[in-house]
Amino acid sequence: MSNHEHHENAHKPAQRKEMSRRQFLSYTLGGTTAFMMGGAVLPMVRFAVDPLLVKKGEGTYVKVVEESKITNEPQEFKFTVHQIDGWYVSDPELSAWISKDENNTIFALSPVCKHLGCTIGWNVKGKNEFDCPCHDARYTKDGKNLAVAPNPLDEYEVKLEDGFVYLGPIKPNTRV
Amino acid sequence: MFKSVYNWIDERLDITPLWRDVADHEVPEHVNPAHHFSAFVYCFGGLTFFITVIQILSGMFLTMYYVPDIINAYASVDYLQHKVAFGQIVRGMHHFGASLVIVMMFLHTLRVFFTGSYKAPREMNWVVGMLIFFIMLGLGFTGYLLPWDNKAYYATKVGVEIAASVPVLGPYIADFLYGGDIVGAQTLTRFFAIHVFFLPGALIAMLAAHFIMIRKQGISGPL
Ligand code: HEM
Ligand code: FES
Repeated sequence: MSNHEHHENAHKPAQRKEMSRRQFLSYTLGGTTAFMMGGAVLPMVRFAVDPLLVKKGEGTYVKVVEESKITNEPQEFKFTVHQIDGWYVSDPELSAWISKDENNTIFALSPVCKHLGCTIGWNVKGKNEFDCPCHDARYTKDGKNLAVAPNPLDEYEVKLEDGFVYLGPIKPNTRV
Repeated sequence: MFKSVYNWIDERLDITPLWRDVADHEVPEHVNPAHHFSAFVYCFGGLTFFITVIQILSGMFLTMYYVPDIINAYASVDYLQHKVAFGQIVRGMHHFGASLVIVMMFLHTLRVFFTGSYKAPREMNWVVGMLIFFIMLGLGFTGYLLPWDNKAYYATKVGVEIAASVPVLGPYIADFLYGGDIVGAQTLTRFFAIHVFFLPGALIAMLAAHFIMIRKQGISGPL
C-alpha cells in the first residue's frame, strides 16, 4: 500500500485477481478427489490405529499364595490372570519371585529379564543372585541389575489380605 | 511449497513426461457428459476401478484384525465390527462394495457391449475384461466364506458342490477347494490365501493389461 506501488499500478492495465479456468478446474477436481479418497481412507486409518487409542485396562489383583509360605529366600509362584486379548480370552499363567526382606516386607519380582526379555531364575549358579540364561545378566535379591541388564527387575504390586498375598500390575522396581 | 518440491525432483529425474504420458490425453466429445449427458455411461469403467481400489484398501485394513482360523475367525470379525472404532464402516465398505463392484462391472460391460467397443481392434480387451469378471466372481466366492458364520459355511458348501458337478474333473475341483473332504479348517485357510493373495495379484495384473491396452488404442469412437 505504499505510494510507490500505487504509482506503478496506475500505469498498468487493471490486474484481475481471478483464478484461471484451469486453476478453478484443478482445485475443484483435486478437492473432490481428496474428499472421496479421504472419506474412504480416514475411517480405515482410524480403524487401524484403534489399539493406540483404547484405554488401558485397570489392573486387578490375583490371589497367589498364603503369606506364611513366603521366606527370605525368593521362591517362584505361579498364578493365572484373566486376559482379554481382542477376541481371544484366556487365562495365561504368570510367575513371580516372592520373598521377604530384612524388615519382613513381602515383595514380588517379575521373572522377565530387563536385558532382552528372557526368563530369569534364582540362584541358578549358586551365587544367591537372579541369573538369566540368555546373556548372563545377574541381579541381586532386590532385583538390582549387576551385569548386562540396563535396569533392575520389575516388581508386582503386592497386597496382603486375610493372610494371602495378592499380586497386581507390574511397576518399575522401587527397591533399588 | 509443493511446486518447489516437485521442481526439485523434476530437475533431477525429469518426471514430467512420466505422468503426462499417463494423464495428459483428451477426453473426446462423445464420452464427455458435459456435451452429451448420456455419455455418463462411459463412467462405469472408472467407477468399477474406484470401487476396486476401495475393496483392496478396506480388505488390507480388515486383515489387521481378521484371522483365518475356524476357532477365531468369527470372533475376530465380531470383534472388529463391534469393538474397533469404525469397524462397522470398514467392514461395511468391503461387504457392500463387493456387491457394488459387480453391479458397476455389469453396467460397464453393458456399455462396452452396446457401443460395440469390443469389436476390432479391441477384442483382446474384451477377453481381458472377461478374465477380470471371473476373477471378481472368485473374489466374491472366496471372501464370502471368511466370516465363518452359517451363511458363509453353507454358501461355500453349495458352491463347491456345484463345482463338483462338473463332469470328470468335478471331484478333483471339490477336493482342491475343500482342501480335504469337508468345509473346515483347511478350506478356510486356502480360501483366505486365494482371496487375499492369489486373486488380487491376478486382478492387478489384468487391470494393468486392461488399462495399457486402453491407453494404446484410445477410447472407441462414437456410434
Ligand atoms: C474390475 C473390473 C473392470 C474395471 C476396473 C474396468 C475399467 C475400465 C476402464 C476405466 C475403462 C476405460 C473406459 C471407460 O471408463 O468406460 C475400460 C474400458 C474397457 N473395458 Fe473395462 N473394466 C473392468 C471390467 C471389464 C469387463 C468385465 C469387460 C468386458 C467383459 C471390460 C471390457 C472393456 C473394454 C473392451 C474396454 C475398452 C472400451 C473402449 O475403449 O471404449 N472391462 N475398463
Ligand atoms: S535377555 Fe537376559 S541376559 Fe539377555
